[in-house]
Amino acid sequence: MSRLGDLLRADGDTKPWKGRYAPYDLVKELAIAVGVIASLAVLLAVLFSSPDDKPSTIAQWSHELPADFATTAAKELAETSPTAEYGPPYNHSSGSVQHLLLLHPQRWLGVSHPIHTADDYVIKPLETIPDDPALQAALAQYNGAPEKQKKAWSEAYAKPLEQYSEAIEEKKTPPATVTVNQSAGTVTVKVSGVGPVPTMMTSLQGLAQSGGLEGGLVTSRQFFQTDYTKPLLFIADGGLLSERAEAQHLLGKQWGLMNETGSFPGQPWLWLYALWYQVEPMKSSPNADIQVLLIMGLLSLAFISIPFIPGINRLPRRIPIYKLIWREHYRSQI
Amino acid sequence: MYVLAAVFNLNHPAHTVDWSFVHLSVANVIIIGLMVIVFVLALLLPFPGAAARRAARDGGGS
Amino acid sequence: MSGIAPPPPAGPMPSKSWTVKVREKGVEALPPDRLLPDGQPTYVASWIYVFGVAGIASLIVIIASGSILALKGPAWWHFTGVGHFLNSIHLWSVELFFFVMVVHLWGKFWMAAWRGGRGRVWVTGAITFLVAIPAALTGYVSQQNFDAQWISTQAKDAMNSVGVGSFFNLTNFGQMYSFHILLLPIAVVALVVAHVLLVRRHGVVPPFELERRAEFAAAGAGAKGQR
Repeated sequence: MSRLGDLLRADGDTKPWKGRYAPYDLVKELAIAVGVIASLAVLLAVLFSSPDDKPSTIAQWSHELPADFATTAAKELAETSPTAEYGPPYNHSSGSVQHLLLLHPQRWLGVSHPIHTADDYVIKPLETIPDDPALQAALAQYNGAPEKQKKAWSEAYAKPLEQYSEAIEEKKTPPATVTVNQSAGTVTVKVSGVGPVPTMMTSLQGLAQSGGLEGGLVTSRQFFQTDYTKPLLFIADGGLLSERAEAQHLLGKQWGLMNETGSFPGQPWLWLYALWYQVEPMKSSPNADIQVLLIMGLLSLAFISIPFIPGINRLPRRIPIYKLIWREHYRSQI
Repeated sequence: MYVLAAVFNLNHPAHTVDWSFVHLSVANVIIIGLMVIVFVLALLLPFPGAAARRAARDGGGS
Repeated sequence: MSGIAPPPPAGPMPSKSWTVKVREKGVEALPPDRLLPDGQPTYVASWIYVFGVAGIASLIVIIASGSILALKGPAWWHFTGVGHFLNSIHLWSVELFFFVMVVHLWGKFWMAAWRGGRGRVWVTGAITFLVAIPAALTGYVSQQNFDAQWISTQAKDAMNSVGVGSFFNLTNFGQMYSFHILLLPIAVVALVVAHVLLVRRHGVVPPFELERRAEFAAAGAGAKGQR
């Protein structure tokens, strides 16, 4: 036997069993196992049930956090939101494009799910609102303007809202240019150089609060749809989902990917995957995902290949837990 | 949302076990602990059928 | 009078029939009493051995509860008590599945169960565990509740970072649901079937020879020490 064969197989002395067999009813064992597991599952279901936290809707978001909604919508129009600046597979930006050394798979696979945030989240939904001459005039003014003008208007509108959000987060005095009526769910921005944008944004907030934006974003291409990418990315650009997630210990820094909502057990088998995100350099890297996935990919290959890895494949021999497992067999040989 | 009343209501934010940079939910810690306990018990507890195996070894089995 | 023709006499020439070839290969690899033996080696004498079949049992409960959930459609469990109960059974049987699979894995590692030409048994088992993870993930993002919203919008970044997001879109409910109720269960079941057939083919791995006995045998035979 070659040395390489020895090294890879590490089981030179495992010969086929020529000893005795005792009766063992496999089918009965399976039947008992199904009975036991099914009973356990039913018992656990009766004792603990399962979580079902209701999804957040755009309507709720625009009612509960009107300033956050307005800020996000303004950034979508200005194309400065996380989704607008994301990159492939949504658009050609580069804000969230990851790479590792020479590997740029995110860029290589291209824009397969195009999202143009200004059109998809603001202009097209507003164009569905009938019988609103002021809105239609505002849209005509906006659509007819050159790109530079559109950008200037939308950024001028978004800037005070971003300052407002930052001030609220840092518990400082918010700018006077933004007025929020929490109970009415309205947001007013008083700055110059914003053109028709305030009219558009007020109408969008109204549309959102009426529930019209959920359906509009899902069924924008055809009657039947099951792809929730657009509304999900929109709502994730705001702060509502992460606010709920933090309360449920689902954030990354809370090892959230191992957790379930409430006090239910989650996915403890993801412990090693979660762990890498907590250690440097992955912890503070903009390329954390590709780094962690590569590490886990290599470890998974190693896991599959354990029988062939010298050293690892001899560990069970060196740490004799097997003596406990086969103690009856060994005793019978003495 | 329709929730069938469970005996124990787990629909409240989880308590966590925190140690240095490790933050695990109590439920997950219990599951991991139980896996270790069950593994150890599986190694230690005697398995039924010893008499049949002894008989087989002593010349009865095929 | 049955009128059924007797089987043709077996000729001396090997058959060109694909059916015969497949049948003969199958029966050679796994004759009936090896496919479903009614005995096991006398060293199969530990509770650690039940965790494999417990994994199969958990998979059966997962598929049964999942099938009822699929029959009634993805929204049903949000609106009825029975539906929610079945969702609970589905969730807890998944927790049990991973629980027993991990204990099974620990046991098989410490037995070095890949020995004696059983490398493929380990490999199929390890791949089953790895494929079960996206099977669970696609389930979590198909729940159509807050948990699904959060998981899909967060995990999409990981999928996108490795270019997979182009054709495995976590925020596309239709795609994720299809993966979850059809493609990935087929993959898991196929892997488990291959895994179990390999175990039946090679038998349960024999115990390590005790050091003492190996040295004794080596000394007696005058052979070089194997280990």
